[in-house]
Amino acid sequence: MINYDEKIPNNVGLADNRTLQRALEHWQPEFQSWWADMGPEGTTNHDVYLRTAISVDPKGWAHFDYVKMPDYRWGIFLAPAEAGRKVNFGAHKGEAAWQDVPGEYRPNLRRLIVTQGDTEPASVEQQRHLGLTAPSLYDLRNLFQVNVEEGRHLWAMVYLLHAYFGRDGREEAEALLERRSGDADNPRILGAFNEKTPDWLSFFMFTYFTDRDGKYQLASLAESGFDPLARTCRFMLTEEAHHMFVGESGVGRVIQRTCDAMNELRTDDPAKLRAAGVIDLPTIQRYLNFHFSVTMDLFGADVSSNAATFYSTGLKGRFDETKIGDDHLLAGASYPVLEVRGGALQAVEVPALNALNEKLRDDYIRDAAAGVERWNRIPEKAGIPFRLRVPHKAFHRKIGPLAAVHVDPDGHVVDAATWAKHEREWLPSAEDRAFVASLMGRVAEPGRFANWIAPPARGINNQPVDFAYVRFG
Amino acid sequence: MDAPVTEVFRQHLIDPEICIRCNTCEETCPIGAISHDARNYVVDPAKCENCTACIAPCPTGAIDSWRQVPRASAYSLAEQLGWDTLPPQRELPAAAASSEMPPEVARIVADATEGQGGAAPPPWSAAHPYVNLHSVAKPAIATVSGNFRLTGEDASSDVRHIVLDFGPVAFPVLEGQTIGVLPPGTDAHGRPHHPRLYSVASPREGERPRYNNLALTVKRVTEDHDGTPMRGVASNHLCDLAKGDTVKVIGPFGTSFLMPNHPGANLLMVCTGTGSAPMRAMTERRRRRIALNEGGTLMLFFGARREEELPYFGPLLKLPKDFIDINFAFSRSPGEPKRYVQDRIRERGADVARLIADPDTFVYICGLKGMEDGVAQAFADVCRAHGHDWETLLPALRQQGRYHLETY
Repeated sequence: MINYDEKIPNNVGLADNRTLQRALEHWQPEFQSWWADMGPEGTTNHDVYLRTAISVDPKGWAHFDYVKMPDYRWGIFLAPAEAGRKVNFGAHKGEAAWQDVPGEYRPNLRRLIVTQGDTEPASVEQQRHLGLTAPSLYDLRNLFQVNVEEGRHLWAMVYLLHAYFGRDGREEAEALLERRSGDADNPRILGAFNEKTPDWLSFFMFTYFTDRDGKYQLASLAESGFDPLARTCRFMLTEEAHHMFVGESGVGRVIQRTCDAMNELRTDDPAKLRAAGVIDLPTIQRYLNFHFSVTMDLFGADVSSNAATFYSTGLKGRFDETKIGDDHLLAGASYPVLEVRGGALQAVEVPALNALNEKLRDDYIRDAAAGVERWNRIPEKAGIPFRLRVPHKAFHRKIGPLAAVHVDPDGHVVDAATWAKHEREWLPSAEDRAFVASLMGRVAEPGRFANWIAPPARGINNQPVDFAYVRFG
Repeated sequence: MDAPVTEVFRQHLIDPEICIRCNTCEETCPIGAISHDARNYVVDPAKCENCTACIAPCPTGAIDSWRQVPRASAYSLAEQLGWDTLPPQRELPAAAASSEMPPEVARIVADATEGQGGAAPPPWSAAHPYVNLHSVAKPAIATVSGNFRLTGEDASSDVRHIVLDFGPVAFPVLEGQTIGVLPPGTDAHGRPHHPRLYSVASPREGERPRYNNLALTVKRVTEDHDGTPMRGVASNHLCDLAKGDTVKVIGPFGTSFLMPNHPGANLLMVCTGTGSAPMRAMTERRRRRIALNEGGTLMLFFGARREEELPYFGPLLKLPKDFIDINFAFSRSPGEPKRYVQDRIRERGADVARLIADPDTFVYICGLKGMEDGVAQAFADVCRAHGHDWETLLPALRQQGRYHLETY
């Protein structure tokens, strides 16, 4: 018998809910077994300086201490309830938010939760081998923090499935532990989560771009009329922030190191820079292009009747729904999406309800591009005339009508021959990946960093940069 | 007439270079003081109450950014929204008076007054103190005009009476206030040392009246609370100073641990070691006014290991018995049983109980954290034994600014 209140910090009254306890008692050993198989490799004895949420108030949710990862207290936390909360959009606008699942929306809600839940263990699986090549203890600790929080987000979604979806929910929760990222027979639901994360530049790009998609998806679900889902996602967003920080600061530090080397060696020649053991800026741009475009697909088809249904029925809102000053019904409203007409991309107006994926994608692009501009200040300060930029949103798409055409990073439709000719300039080649892989080697001494990355500006939780963030048991 | 003093406050800001625009701060802020546009996240100076709820959830530390700013020219939301980098700390007007303490000082004060649930209100008749006239960014420079050993040569502790002269620099203090000393150099991480706080040991007119100076009681720290050898950075800096050396000083601080000014007020003082500094300041203030016949009782409980280790032992013995009722407690006197301040309080139970019950009595406790519980227990015991209820008295004493505790 597990004492859940001690083992799983929660604010959902787990100790008093026998049904939920029984469901989790069954699921918990399977989760531990999945973590042992698919969690960070060879790390069970490390003492890691982790942030653990022990309650949802500002003082309790960022508790720092050394923890062995399998002992991490994966908690179940919902943001505090908002008194008198209403459904804020769609056909049920103005009704009291649902505390239970409306029968008619059960399959759709389950699908939304399962899709979100599936991304969490997928990230852990994608990052399984990165611990072996961490460029510093600081980075290793951040990787583990990301991993345990992805694990906690899985718990959050499984809690919803177990607490509100009965037997169907339990089966879906089990399936979340059975799918595997990249597995040909039983892959993860979304394509980007089946891509490999083979090196740390990929990891930083993933946490910057793909976890930022997580921010937008979670923020949309946090608007849901189904209150337990909204509150769960609201708390998950606070943790997602750390993941984006790892990405944004990680890529920034790679750029910083490269710029430093460019000035030391007085060169912008990629070959010389590679010989000096740093990642040249054009390669960073190609990685950026890849991760940005793969993440574009995560938002789904440009025109989607599912998205319209989720919105009309109050299940999934827009980003910052309650801050938008319109009717929150989108009756008669339109929104531009891209189509290829006459060999060029052209914006056409479609009903806004059907273009919600595109709207969320555009919100995301503004946010992601602003961060790239922040990266650009690094070469700018170093006096290096190189600017990174996000490619056009139609570039390298695999989902929706744009998947049928080739679009270059500037948004020009090109033929297959042109694409093939330039692909190596636009996307990382096998050689690029092999070069980046060649730099990966573990640095495990406090305060030391691999040659290809600069130290961070400040440590975690006000600790010094040379703090022993991981102690090897 | 005095020139108007510009009020300076710590403006809470977000470092746009480090912020990743994750929205946790805006989400966490309980009063909606944080907002954003497509470019930056910003804190509204008119709304932010510095509750710090947003600090822990921020994954980057960008939110933990502060600037001392004159209230009248706080950075507006429009200015903050336009930033790419955080502006440097501005030069503050010479007449600027900050209404808020530096964070390190606030932490030390919070720790020292923890035992009474935070700083109490000052006595109703206390003089109005000046605070935060000199900041870490713009410290006052004082010159050492004296450095005398107070403890016997064979005593295990080296406690010193250090007199600092401020020359033409304004540094007005009241008895019970503290000042911060900035030790020179940097710590192991290359950062400037944090300020250390010391209680002022002289009365408001200065150690020597009509000279712009003040005295500190400083014990050279050679071990930590657990007895592990360590060298106190600031205490060793101060104890090693010679006449003519200079010191960087910030403050003054403290708006609570102040003495009453009205005639007839009683002071009940309990201290150990260098906790005697504020008691000396208050006693000296009253001694200099003896001729005014203002009345009021002074009762002092003073603990040390041995009399050789008790700062100001000689001068205390010279004070007239009808001016101050002194009770020493020595815990390591050879051939004698250990006695602590709480033992002496119990022995003097009848007088202590009478004083505590008098609405004109103000209680001051200063010294090591370990003394807190014992003293409170002794007060409770003597009250019980003499027909008073400590449980009812204590909240009233606190509420009326009549019970002040600073322990470290």
